[in-house]
Amino acid sequence: MTDHNDVLLRVEALEAVYGGAVQALSGVDLTVRRAEIVALVGANGAGKTTLLRAISNLLPATRGQVTAGRITYDGRDVGRTRTDALVRAGLVGVLEGRHCFRALTVEENLIAGGLGRGSGRADLRADLEQVYALFPRLTQKRRLPAGLVSGGEQQMVAIGRALMGRPRLLVLDEPSMGLSPKVTAEIYRVLADLNRRQGLTLLIAEQSVTLALRHAHRSVVLENGRSVLEGGAETLRSRDDIKQYYLGPRAGAPAPERQPA
Amino acid sequence: MSPDLAFLVEVVVGGLLSGVMYALVAIGFVLIYKTSGVLNFAQGAMVLFAALTFVSLVERGLPFPAALAATLAVMVVVGLTIERTVLRPLVNQPPITLFMATLGVAYVIEGAAQLAWGTQVHALDLGIDDTPFDVAGVLVSRFDLFAAALAGLMVAGLTLFFRFTRTGLAFRAVADDPLAALNAGLRLPRIWSAVWIASGLVALVAGLLWGARLGVQFSLSLVVLKALPVLVLGGFDSIAGAIVAGLIVGAAEKLAEVYLGPFIGGGIEGWIAYVAALAFLLVKPSGLFGLRSVERV
Repeated sequence: MTDHNDVLLRVEALEAVYGGAVQALSGVDLTVRRAEIVALVGANGAGKTTLLRAISNLLPATRGQVTAGRITYDGRDVGRTRTDALVRAGLVGVLEGRHCFRALTVEENLIAGGLGRGSGRADLRADLEQVYALFPRLTQKRRLPAGLVSGGEQQMVAIGRALMGRPRLLVLDEPSMGLSPKVTAEIYRVLADLNRRQGLTLLIAEQSVTLALRHAHRSVVLENGRSVLEGGAETLRSRDDIKQYYLGPRAGAPAPERQPA
Repeated sequence: MSPDLAFLVEVVVGGLLSGVMYALVAIGFVLIYKTSGVLNFAQGAMVLFAALTFVSLVERGLPFPAALAATLAVMVVVGLTIERTVLRPLVNQPPITLFMATLGVAYVIEGAAQLAWGTQVHALDLGIDDTPFDVAGVLVSRFDLFAAALAGLMVAGLTLFFRFTRTGLAFRAVADDPLAALNAGLRLPRIWSAVWIASGLVALVAGLLWGARLGVQFSLSLVVLKALPVLVLGGFDSIAGAIVAGLIVGAAEKLAEVYLGPFIGGGIEGWIAYVAALAFLLVKPSGLFGLRSVERV
């Protein structure tokens, strides 16, 4: 149904454990095509973060391990490619909880993202200007330690840092976490813009389904470490069970039993 | 200046200058601890190894600059080898595992040094005489001043490097948040290599100065023990902390020896720093400058 050259990221029957014992993923399938926004939806503990870390090959650094299945990014076997090589190939992640370099200034944070890619001085300059143009609020704060700017600004720093790596696939782990609806909207506007104008491919994990579905072309639902549903945002939006699970009970529907996290 | 005051100043200055020597060893620890979370117990062995290699080469007739260059090269190789063969395979292991590994490395290096160069005590002459000279009525050791200047130069160099170079920025990023640095595509193994090379160089400088002071011998590797209270006081992850704490420890040792010694008995110099460090642990476990996390309140 789709041209295979179109697929940028493919996850097949992926299983992963933490600390050698805790089963975090037990069968995840997912494809992301070029220039697409895919939302990864699931409750706390469903395995979103584990999946995204596996995609960036970060699991070994966090005492996790892929035990079965495979991930291919643009023809590369992710399990055999180091994170820095993936970044240089255009697969860049934004970690859950932002993870700014708190003692470094906002600008140094951004530059660090460019260093990961191996940018030269001229490229760094140009990319910095572009990030400041996307997030004008960062311009005045460029000399402040990143630990001292607001949560929203830290998220912008984290995204800006990732953009400095000139990604083709940007993978974001709950970018809205702990942010006000206003700031969240601003960040999503920038992301959607990048997707529309530059064809940046996005894979975004969110707990909030409403938010994810508003911008995504397609969604994958993750439940207890398994991908249980994949479909167009429209399909998901119309599914009652999804609504009840992730949007909360509406219109007098009885509260469903939440899956343990 | 009254004689009493002049004497006090002399004691303090002497203490501060010897404190610089402690700071030198402590900085070697800090470099590695900051970027990889490893408390490198082998730092002292590296100090010994550097001094022993240098002095042996000089005794075999190598001119001073050539011996220095050769030792430099050897230390780079030693640093890289430890990082590659011991610590990299152990990456992401619990800190205690890494610490034990460096403890083992310390003994391997000490053994190797003695196997290669023998166990006799060598005198090391850097060509700076240790004669005191008079500054406004205060006697100051020429050698101590030289050591302080060298240490100051090295710290200034490291600071400039970390502040203004790309590798320095990468180093600070890794020290700040290793997972985020990895995620941003920074090549951690490269940075670790650079840090081990740097700590090898610091060990060389410390080895030469300590070797000249104490003679080059096995007990040189025990300067790590002198560095521990400095690290506790200054924080394990702060270069500035290592310097300030080194100065404090140096001055406190001398002051205690001179002014408390007569009442408690001599030899205070040997243990007062540990008592101070212990007391300090109870009050501020992260040290004077350690883990200053930048946080919005």
